[in-house]
Amino acid sequence: MKTEIICSGFGGQGALTVGKFITKAAMREGKNVSWLPSYGPEMRGGTANVSVVVSEKPVASPLVSFPNILVALNQPSIDKFGPLITEGGLMIANTDLCPNKLNRDNVDEIYAPMNQIANEIGSDRVLNMIAIGIVIGKTGLIKYETIEKDLTAFLEKKNPKLLELNLLAIKRGIEIGKE
Amino acid sequence: MGEKVLMKGNEAVAEAAIRAGCRLYFAYPITPQSELIEYMSRMMPKAKGTFIQAESEIAAINMVYGAAGCGKRAMTSSSSPGISLKQEGISYLAGANLPAVIVNVQRGGPGLGDIQPAQGDYFQAVKGGGHGDYKMIVIAPSTVQEFADSASDAFDLADKYRHPIMILSDGLLGQMMEPVEFQPMKTTEEIEELNKQHFDWCIHPNQPEPNHHHHEINSLEIDPIILEQHVIKLGQKYDVITEKEQKWEEYSLNNDNEILCVAFGTASRLVKSAVDQLNTEGFNIGLIRPIRVWPYPYDAIKKAITDNVKKVAVFELNLGQMIEDVRLAVNGKVPVKFMGKVGGILFTPEEIKAQLEEWLQEEK
Repeated sequence: MKTEIICSGFGGQGALTVGKFITKAAMREGKNVSWLPSYGPEMRGGTANVSVVVSEKPVASPLVSFPNILVALNQPSIDKFGPLITEGGLMIANTDLCPNKLNRDNVDEIYAPMNQIANEIGSDRVLNMIAIGIVIGKTGLIKYETIEKDLTAFLEKKNPKLLELNLLAIKRGIEIGKE
Repeated sequence: MGEKVLMKGNEAVAEAAIRAGCRLYFAYPITPQSELIEYMSRMMPKAKGTFIQAESEIAAINMVYGAAGCGKRAMTSSSSPGISLKQEGISYLAGANLPAVIVNVQRGGPGLGDIQPAQGDYFQAVKGGGHGDYKMIVIAPSTVQEFADSASDAFDLADKYRHPIMILSDGLLGQMMEPVEFQPMKTTEEIEELNKQHFDWCIHPNQPEPNHHHHEINSLEIDPIILEQHVIKLGQKYDVITEKEQKWEEYSLNNDNEILCVAFGTASRLVKSAVDQLNTEGFNIGLIRPIRVWPYPYDAIKKAITDNVKKVAVFELNLGQMIEDVRLAVNGKVPVKFMGKVGGILFTPEEIKAQLEEWLQEEK
């Protein structure tokens, strides 16, 4: 079993971090993983994206050409990677920055106003955690507990308030994913 | 081995070098290698080592020359254009029989090129980018784990042969994150033991007899009679290395392979995906991946060309460099095909698969 993911958005939206937390959690759960970022000029203002592979077998190519899952935090991400999603695949998109839908018959599309939800929770910064939550709720690719443990270790002392907001955002995402 | 951590290749090789006993690191920043120098700047002081951001790549390699002359484990790193600047120093290290480790995180070239992954420095690394009769052991990792493991491998080889060793990676390996398990940190006593092995030739103060005398670290020899003997000795060293230090991986290799692929580093991973896919569709493709690109595993490739192999296919992220060594190994027995990508662009496994299918079709 192999899952190939692309997470994409404007630099600063946290698309690379979405990929990082998924990769790390899958590693903790015993999977083979790779995380390959785009780097270069697009990191500043354009579309930053990352290829993530989660696999039972060792990862050969870390490069994802046709994702099973696309996390699109902005419109250019849908335009660029939406047509490449495999049949029966999944797209999770942030409606607040994606006015145009993908509208493919053979792809499961979940749209959520992530900026709005993040603001309701209390911080713009947790937008990407909603996306992670949706991935967990919809696919069960990784467990909530694994990410909770990782985030707690990372933020408990540094910023307990942000930790709380992050966990709230993931839980809200899981609800959306399960709907 | 400890717990698995998720790390960028650039950081993993830096951490592994410190664990392997490197306490002297000199470099100048360049993308896509900068996380390596950044990590060293943070961690080397904690390991009570010396980190210097040199004024240039040339200064850095010559600092390595000085440190290596004192018998210590020293390292520098850069990316392609910076490695070009270090070539004079590398030739001097080889000429003076000095152990050192140089990491190249390759990017697109020639010239300043771009900052994306490429393999265009194969000739420079393997055939000698500097002047004179020298060879360098060149380790070409293909995963972040291997990239990390190559650090202690390189230092051990450098000490064993008193010779500069290059780790030839690329921007993809440097930038990507994969799980890594590290070797334990060498203790102060272990590092002292490593240093002692060089006391009979290196510059080291306050040594007891018999090493308390004048040692000379030099690559200059004006008398041609003496230089001739020196270079002949270097040649003998390369002969031993060629015989003992070849390393390669055999992937899906068997007596019925229709096509034998050869690829190294990042390119080999992309080829593996295509090979896996084709083999599940009923074809029989094998792959040889040189783990060290010098000394080159000519005999391993020669042996893999059974009577069933119709073609050898070489994949590189350049215009075709390693293919010349593959041709030497194949020696005209079967056609050697090539697929390359340049400019820092990667070929996708799908493109490789389509190319292999075309070559398979030609045989039908």
